[in-house]
Amino acid sequence: MEQLTLKSHRFRAEREADWRRLEDLLDRFEKSRGSSLSDDEVVAIPVLYRSALSSLSTARAVSLDQNLIAYLESLCTRAYYCVYGTRSTVAERIVRFLVRDWPLSVQELWRETIVSGALGLLATFTAYFLVRANSAWFYDFIPGGLAEGRDPGASTAALRETLFKSYGADGLGAFSSFLFTHNAQISLLAFALGFAACLPTAFLIFDNGLMLGAFFAVYAAHGLGFDLGGWLFIHGVTELFAVTLAGAAGFRIGWALAFPGAQSRIDAIKDAGRVAANVMVGVVIMLMFAGLLEGFGRQLITNTFARYGVAIATGIVWFGYFYVYRPGRQA
Amino acid sequence: MSAAGKIDSGKLARELVTPEGVDLRIVLADAGERISAFLLDVLFIVLMLVALTLGMLGAALATGFVAAEFFGIIWILGFFFLRVFYFTAFEVTPRAATWGKRIVGIRVASRDGGALTADAIFARNAMRELELFLPLSFLVAQKEVVDAWIYLLATVWCGVFVLFPLFNRDRLRIGDIVAGTWVVRVPKRLLGRDLLDRPESSQLTFTKEQVDAYGIKELSVLEDVLRHGHAETIHAVAGRIRHKIGMAHDRSLDGEFLQAYYKALRARLETRMLFGRRKADKFDKTP
Repeated sequence: MEQLTLKSHRFRAEREADWRRLEDLLDRFEKSRGSSLSDDEVVAIPVLYRSALSSLSTARAVSLDQNLIAYLESLCTRAYYCVYGTRSTVAERIVRFLVRDWPLSVQELWRETIVSGALGLLATFTAYFLVRANSAWFYDFIPGGLAEGRDPGASTAALRETLFKSYGADGLGAFSSFLFTHNAQISLLAFALGFAACLPTAFLIFDNGLMLGAFFAVYAAHGLGFDLGGWLFIHGVTELFAVTLAGAAGFRIGWALAFPGAQSRIDAIKDAGRVAANVMVGVVIMLMFAGLLEGFGRQLITNTFARYGVAIATGIVWFGYFYVYRPGRQA
Repeated sequence: MSAAGKIDSGKLARELVTPEGVDLRIVLADAGERISAFLLDVLFIVLMLVALTLGMLGAALATGFVAAEFFGIIWILGFFFLRVFYFTAFEVTPRAATWGKRIVGIRVASRDGGALTADAIFARNAMRELELFLPLSFLVAQKEVVDAWIYLLATVWCGVFVLFPLFNRDRLRIGDIVAGTWVVRVPKRLLGRDLLDRPESSQLTFTKEQVDAYGIKELSVLEDVLRHGHAETIHAVAGRIRHKIGMAHDRSLDGEFLQAYYKALRARLETRMLFGRRKADKFDKTP
């Protein structure tokens, strides 16, 4: 019976029940996000966590039982992530994102947004004037498959039909969900490519602008420029804004990588990544709207002025939400 | 934890001091664990895609293609959300781990030890476009279209991002860098019984010289041997210890002998430790 007086043995016998209880609570918390725990049990977790931590310090000092120490280390680590991890619910996080994080992050990226937007505009005008001057340029800007007959050789009537053909409601849902997923993937790519020091992102934005400008030139040559604007901007205001923001998010990361400033490079990239990620979640949401407008709105509304009306309305909504609306920085 | 496991985790062990001032000594996941977790996840995604495709096809067939478009939309959106949000959706839960990571026993954690935010999770997974999907789409692209040297350059360029985790100490992906996260081991350890609790039948006693023959390192090896209870190992280890401490003539069973010696050695070493004199191993000659 002399062994029973060993301090490490008594120590374990006294505290084991608490550890088991904490382990059980953690299991249930991780399985159900805490919804199956009663209030008392939720309150008990931090208390048990601190007592387990103190057990761990003591065990390291008095016990040579490797299994016990390893168990306590893993138990404390799990409890640590539970206690100091995020405690807000999904609904709270969504509200916070919409009310604060999204508009604030977009505001923070205003410089990058201007650069990204200017780059897109520059590309659009470049392609527009080049193709107006010599329509052979068109084939350099547009990949063969994308034109679908909308090239400089097409007749005015054929071009007009592509703008005003009404497809009816059939098949529009599938079409708009396809457009959304396609655009979202391109935007995510523009964002991720920012890590390669901005250049690939800049190329993607520029390329996008070139295609836009080239199409404009073709339609403008037939006097359909204004109508194309309606066809394009009804969803394009949202979509092009989203693409511009995706480019801006990529630029922010690439810039932090290249010029971290006073911070260490890895910290600078981390901070840039947080802001850019908020913007990107927003971009995916914007593209979802754009997909709906493109799939349903554009095919159902065939009047150019009505299309411009929708375009202007969406523009006002986004601009107001991002730049006029000023949520308090402390909330 | 086995003694061997402890040694090879040395390079990946990191300090994580809680606000209460205790170092949790976390261990980062190594490249092998990361890859196995990822491959498991890819397998799950593919299985879910197959299930989604078959399910939607079946539903469309069953309804005679009246609502085929509706099922088409679900398929397109399902495919997109699986690709973009599979990892994100799992990692924002309290366990911060996908199915693959759970099986391997690892999770995502914030590098500064703070709370893991949803935007960090989104950032680390959005970067997969660059690390995974871009190289993949490049691989399946038409090789005849581009020149060989462009192909070569692009391969190198993709390789930089894909192999990035192998070339830094913390095994960070690009996504981890951008999000400020890393991936740590959270093995689920069971609390075994205290080896001192075993019923004691032999009445072996040991002299001070006999229990001073070994140190903490040997004690933990002995603990492993006893916990695994492998008969041949017990026999061999008991023989070695008897020889070393000069107890070749006792008639006790190997298991009982080791049990008794473990207790005596642990009691001796723990008492010494309480007085601030750790005996690291059998070569440690501090009095």
